[in-house]
Amino acid sequence: MRRLPMTRLLEVSMTKTLLFAASLATAASVLGAQATPIAAGAGTTLIKNATVLTVTKGTLKNADVLIQNGKIAQVGQNIAAPAGARVIDATGKFLSPGIIDPHTHMMSDATNEGSLSVTSMVRIQDVLNPTNVDIYRALAGGVTTINVLHGSANTIGGQNATVKLKWGEPVEAMMFPGAPPGIKFALGENVTRKNQNQIVIPGQPIARRYPVSRMGQEEVIRDAFTRARDYKASLDDYKARVAKGEKNLVAPRRDLELEPLVEVLEGKRLVHAHSYRSDEMLMLLNVADEFGFKIATLQHGLEGYKIASEIAKHGAGLSSFADEWSYKIEAYDAIPYNVAILMRHGVVATINSDSDERIRRLNIDAAKLMRYGGLTEDEALATITINGAKQLGVADKVGSIEVGKDADLSLWSNHPLSVYAAVDKVIIDGKVYFDRQQDLAQREQKAKERAELEKADANQAPGNRRGVQPVLPQEER
Amino acid sequence: MTRRHAAVAAALIIGVALPVHAQLGSFNPPPGPQKTFAITNAHIVPVVGPEIASGTVVISGGKIQAVGASAAVPAGAEVIDAKGLFIYPGMMDAGTSMGLSEIEQGANATVDISEIGSFNPNAMAYYGINPHSAHIGVARVVGITHVISRPTGGILSGRAALINMAGSTAPQMAVNRAIATVIELPRSGFGGRGFGGFLAAQNAANTQDVNRTRQRQLDSLRTMLHDAEAYGRAVDAYAKDKTLPRPKQDVVLASLVPAVRGQMPVIFVADRASDIREAVGFAEENKLHPVIVGGRDAWQITAFLKDHDVPVIVTSVLQLPSREDDPYDVNYSTPGKLAAAGVRFAVTSGNGGSEVRTLPYNAGMAAAFGLSKEDALKSVTLYPAQIFGVADKFGSIEPGKVANLVVTDGDLLEAKTNTKYLFIDGRMVPLDTKHTDLNDKFKDRP
Repeated sequence: MRRLPMTRLLEVSMTKTLLFAASLATAASVLGAQATPIAAGAGTTLIKNATVLTVTKGTLKNADVLIQNGKIAQVGQNIAAPAGARVIDATGKFLSPGIIDPHTHMMSDATNEGSLSVTSMVRIQDVLNPTNVDIYRALAGGVTTINVLHGSANTIGGQNATVKLKWGEPVEAMMFPGAPPGIKFALGENVTRKNQNQIVIPGQPIARRYPVSRMGQEEVIRDAFTRARDYKASLDDYKARVAKGEKNLVAPRRDLELEPLVEVLEGKRLVHAHSYRSDEMLMLLNVADEFGFKIATLQHGLEGYKIASEIAKHGAGLSSFADEWSYKIEAYDAIPYNVAILMRHGVVATINSDSDERIRRLNIDAAKLMRYGGLTEDEALATITINGAKQLGVADKVGSIEVGKDADLSLWSNHPLSVYAAVDKVIIDGKVYFDRQQDLAQREQKAKERAELEKADANQAPGNRRGVQPVLPQEER
Repeated sequence: MTRRHAAVAAALIIGVALPVHAQLGSFNPPPGPQKTFAITNAHIVPVVGPEIASGTVVISGGKIQAVGASAAVPAGAEVIDAKGLFIYPGMMDAGTSMGLSEIEQGANATVDISEIGSFNPNAMAYYGINPHSAHIGVARVVGITHVISRPTGGILSGRAALINMAGSTAPQMAVNRAIATVIELPRSGFGGRGFGGFLAAQNAANTQDVNRTRQRQLDSLRTMLHDAEAYGRAVDAYAKDKTLPRPKQDVVLASLVPAVRGQMPVIFVADRASDIREAVGFAEENKLHPVIVGGRDAWQITAFLKDHDVPVIVTSVLQLPSREDDPYDVNYSTPGKLAAAGVRFAVTSGNGGSEVRTLPYNAGMAAAFGLSKEDALKSVTLYPAQIFGVADKFGSIEPGKVANLVVTDGDLLEAKTNTKYLFIDGRMVPLDTKHTDLNDKFKDRP
């Protein structure tokens, strides 16, 4: 569901004393610093004289890219600008495919439906907030496509959403057209919730929920897919009998929990499985093999390097952190060489952020793989572009600079694998959604707007309002 | 006086500690001996003075002995041909808690970062640092050769240590066992910092109660500082005149004497503009020598910081903007704004241990948003050394300084750059880490 920024901000406010600041920020953001959609120019655009990092077809110096109808129409040198085309002079700049992040929780007003062991019936697309300012901040880091996943609180979680970061557009326009549906699974500590038992917030009971061990996690998956197989059999049987012309049949009752799992069994829904330890990953691959379905990606998969051959054999992808480790027990054997080892074993591997902060600098994370594991520039770039597109089933549309693909492009001041690079422009489906020069030019005006709004009565501190204290809404996040 | 009185109501109920004390192993190979090394044919980036396209750095007895295009190689020196490579001074991260916490979640037994209570000036990070922490190895091979490790929590958190990132014992690592006292002032409008302060604020009946609690905490802190100052004078007076009453020994007050005399810097952890102003005011009122660690909003009050000559260790470069309507690059551009305004500053990873290796990318990002590349390099080498008064030993490649050096195949701040040789305290340090060990064991597993 979409919400007004006011509602969202109040919900995330930690304390009554923050309310003043929140109301200021909210008031400003209604017209706010990043709130004005700047997407412009859906027509023909010619990017001139860039260093073009196609990722799949090498690097082209002093090259041009022609965009027509939201697609890449031509890549080469000395392309003539069609009449009426907007021309972007990219001399000295670097053009890359838009970055793809296979693991975020951005935009989602809820992350976990953690009450049950299996919540395959819930959908992240129902709680996406297109006004979340972190969209803009990620765009400013060159990101164009994200996979918004359900959290990792339960063994079989909810359905994910593949989203293009079309800041300023309604949420319907952000959904990636034709992206295959997916679902989150999760294994290990987050599911057993052992860490959650250490800190107790007064007044809130400690909730315990099956499973609390890796044994139980295997059983939950086995149980769910056994039921899904039965459900599928009854559906198939019904369809077969209808096809034979039998009359007066009663259709099987629709099961919203098992329906997505049947799609998994039929290969129509991608499984993205949160996992850290190599033994739990191997367990999942084996259960999947037994039931005849595939794991699309092991998410995090920090110990994937210990079973690289097994992952390659199953055909799963893996999406990892570049260098985060040691923040909990099951992350203690995480190494930054993970992605490189997996790629050398033939696994399609990516870097993800799982963070609205890190998503802004995935280019630097990719560069680390050249240090840790010796990836080439193209291989490093692939971990944040084409490989992510493959993992999300959209490699025919995005992830590289090729004729016919969506014009999702990032223009950089420097090589994107350099720490000194800043994003100049980001284009999605041929429209500019981020422009640093425009952002800088708007700042003075936005500061003025903010100052005006701060004077409004509704934004005065409690002490200035005859002692009237603002009241937080009572609903829980 | 009240020692360690529980100023903030304990709002957290800590459950039974998990019986996890993993044998984590020792991953950091010890450094070699202090020999005479001559690194030749290298591109030298001394940080002060011009770069030398091809030259020699001689180290001996733990110190840099000679630097120059034609520095002579002493007889018997171990010669390292660094043709095509670069030599930089080792980086310094002044904002860590290195070695004090190995695995934050699920392994409480490895966490020694905070003491009980609010006033612990005598707690020393030096005694909690685990020289065998895997975090040390993975950070140093990026070229981070020395760090300040500080305790956290409470109001007077304890004292920070300056350590070299090599050695099998704390005495071998320590450069200065107590380089700074750490104060985390209660935030204005809150009963304390962090989650405890947040809960205290939630539980307080109204903001007046919260502010009263905070004033009581500040008064307790003032009292303790005044007591320490008086204690120092009494001890000195008695040393000169034994007819005076002998002051009762007090290790807690004794530990504060260098700070209250302005002889030891005091780290104030503060991010908001109001908190930074408050910290500076408190320091001046009590004649302390403040260093701000945090400094997220420091760009808003550059004139104030310059007027008061207060340096800032910036932790926030890679943090998300704290306000929804902040410019997207507000934190990326903070170091550039401080440099332009003439405020003394340094950049830190702001990380406890495992992610300290990201220090150079913090400085690099600042350079992408307004800081010069030269200042970016200084912000992780010379500037932190100057701020903590150790620039005579660290921060540049100059004769007489400690031989903390890193030899790379490229720009020190770039993520793709590889370290080829590492010297700490004039000793060659092996580049093996927990991570290279696991890589070696598994990379070719069929």
